[in-house]
Amino acid sequence: MRKDKNKYSISIEDVSYAARLSRIELESDKMGKFREQLNDILVYIDQLNEVDTEGVAPTSHVLTSMRNVFREDEPGTSLPNEKALANAPAKSGNFFKVPKIIKES
Amino acid sequence: MKDIFKSIEAYRLWEKEEPRSPEDKASFIADRIDVSDRDLNAFITLDREAFSRKAKAAFSPERRKSPLGGVPVAVKSNICVEGELTTCASRMLEGFRPPYNATVIEKLDHEGAFVISGANMDEFAFGSSCETSAYGPSRNPWDEDRIPGGSSGGSAVAVSSGQVVCALGSDTGGSIRQPASLCGVVGFKPTYGRVSRYGLIAFASSLDQIGPLARNVTDCATLLKAISGYDEKDSTSVNIEVPDYCASLGMDIKGMKVGMPSEYFQEGIDGDVQERLREAVKALEELGAEILEVSLPHTRYAVSCYYIIGPAEASSNLGRYDGVHYGYRDEEARDMIDMYVRSRTEGFGDEAKRRIILGTYALSSGYYEAYYLKALKVRTCIAEDFRKAFEVCDAIVTPTSPTTAFRIGEKSNDPLKMYLSDIFTIPANLAGIPAVSIPCGLGDNGMPVGMQLMAAPFAEEKLIRIAHAFERNTGFHELKPGTIED
Repeated sequence: MRKDKNKYSISIEDVSYAARLSRIELESDKMGKFREQLNDILVYIDQLNEVDTEGVAPTSHVLTSMRNVFREDEPGTSLPNEKALANAPAKSGNFFKVPKIIKES
Repeated sequence: MKDIFKSIEAYRLWEKEEPRSPEDKASFIADRIDVSDRDLNAFITLDREAFSRKAKAAFSPERRKSPLGGVPVAVKSNICVEGELTTCASRMLEGFRPPYNATVIEKLDHEGAFVISGANMDEFAFGSSCETSAYGPSRNPWDEDRIPGGSSGGSAVAVSSGQVVCALGSDTGGSIRQPASLCGVVGFKPTYGRVSRYGLIAFASSLDQIGPLARNVTDCATLLKAISGYDEKDSTSVNIEVPDYCASLGMDIKGMKVGMPSEYFQEGIDGDVQERLREAVKALEELGAEILEVSLPHTRYAVSCYYIIGPAEASSNLGRYDGVHYGYRDEEARDMIDMYVRSRTEGFGDEAKRRIILGTYALSSGYYEAYYLKALKVRTCIAEDFRKAFEVCDAIVTPTSPTTAFRIGEKSNDPLKMYLSDIFTIPANLAGIPAVSIPCGLGDNGMPVGMQLMAAPFAEEKLIRIAHAFERNTGFHELKPGTIED
């Protein structure tokens, strides 16, 4: 595949934006490397545009027989507190503990 | 290492010839894995405490009546085993012990299998070589300088090297079949919905499926039967009766129609792989199968389609790793948002980050229609190709992988090159159909080559029938790495 350095499918700003939405921080050298790699992938993926999908329905589930699944609204047992909290990085009593959310004014 | 675990049958014989107490048997199996795993790294951790805790139940004489009773089954580290480390080979889940069992583990427990958790894998199943594991790559028993394939690399290595009798893996774009092919074992991806995904740590929910790996088709069929079936805990599991897959063993394949898609036998396949496949197809023909050409014109778009849909679903599924309920948390964080960012930045490896960012990008406003929606439509075209092909044939044959196992490090800096190694396996996930990889000889470098067979949804029996007929008449499954004695 020939790579035209002047033609990118994805800009540094795009990568930075998607990383921010993903709550992932990229150092500047990694940002450049990711941009190159993601660009290669997106250039390849561009071939999807060769396919005429006029009038084609998108696949939301591969087995067309699939329908929404419902059950009776009956209460059952759920995971006990101590089990649910067993893997928590921090907890306090019966609660997950997290850093302060609201800023002090 | 002596080849006492080459099949369930061989294992039963060993049990009879060398009787041991349940405790001794558990330590024997653990020691055996330990010794070979210094070189192979098939397991992230070996939970000896769990071994002795479970020994008594699994190895009781009573259990031997069940087909899987006491049989050592390795389980990929993305399938939840209650109380045992399930890390997805990620720093993000270091120390994570699930509070419940996956449905497949409940089923194996019910059958009395000896479940061995913690088989190595690519981080969160993102990879085709096992090199993205945060705990170091597994190595191919046929040549330890080569990758075993991925993402279920540890499962394939454990089976191929004779550490265990069989294993469970998961397959999102070829993650059972490709490592099975590269390690010379049988790997089966069932129809989407055939096996419950409850307790499988999600990568791409519309593509993921759990399946078996073993040294022969018979054991694969036995394990597949044990894990299949409807589960109300997985709303995408399908309520269709599970046939007795073992009933398809030993049947002939006279008159069965096997399609060869011209698109799969063109450029990009190594010469020796191509050659082995032609020989394999000839063998099928000699067994009475009718070979016909079929066309799957949209198959060439499968990798593109997959690398939009897979990362898009992954970016959403991996949103749950926020350092709150479980998993890694950076303790230095100033506030909540900072905690998310630091925990995710430090907890995820590069390939996970790449896919999350790619998926987020493809779903972001302005790109959703151009990428994600377009990929969903192309997915429909790919599935439609298969539907049409299966109107005229019972199964489709292709190579499993375009190459034999490559060297460690060979493709790790070029994600796109790595992605293209799944070019033959991805279409079955996009179409939701069952597929199996079985050994069909060795390449010029002495590494195994795999043949892939695909069939219509819920036609697993046809695959077993053809695969078993091929296996019994060619004997390629008897080939094994040099480290295993007879």
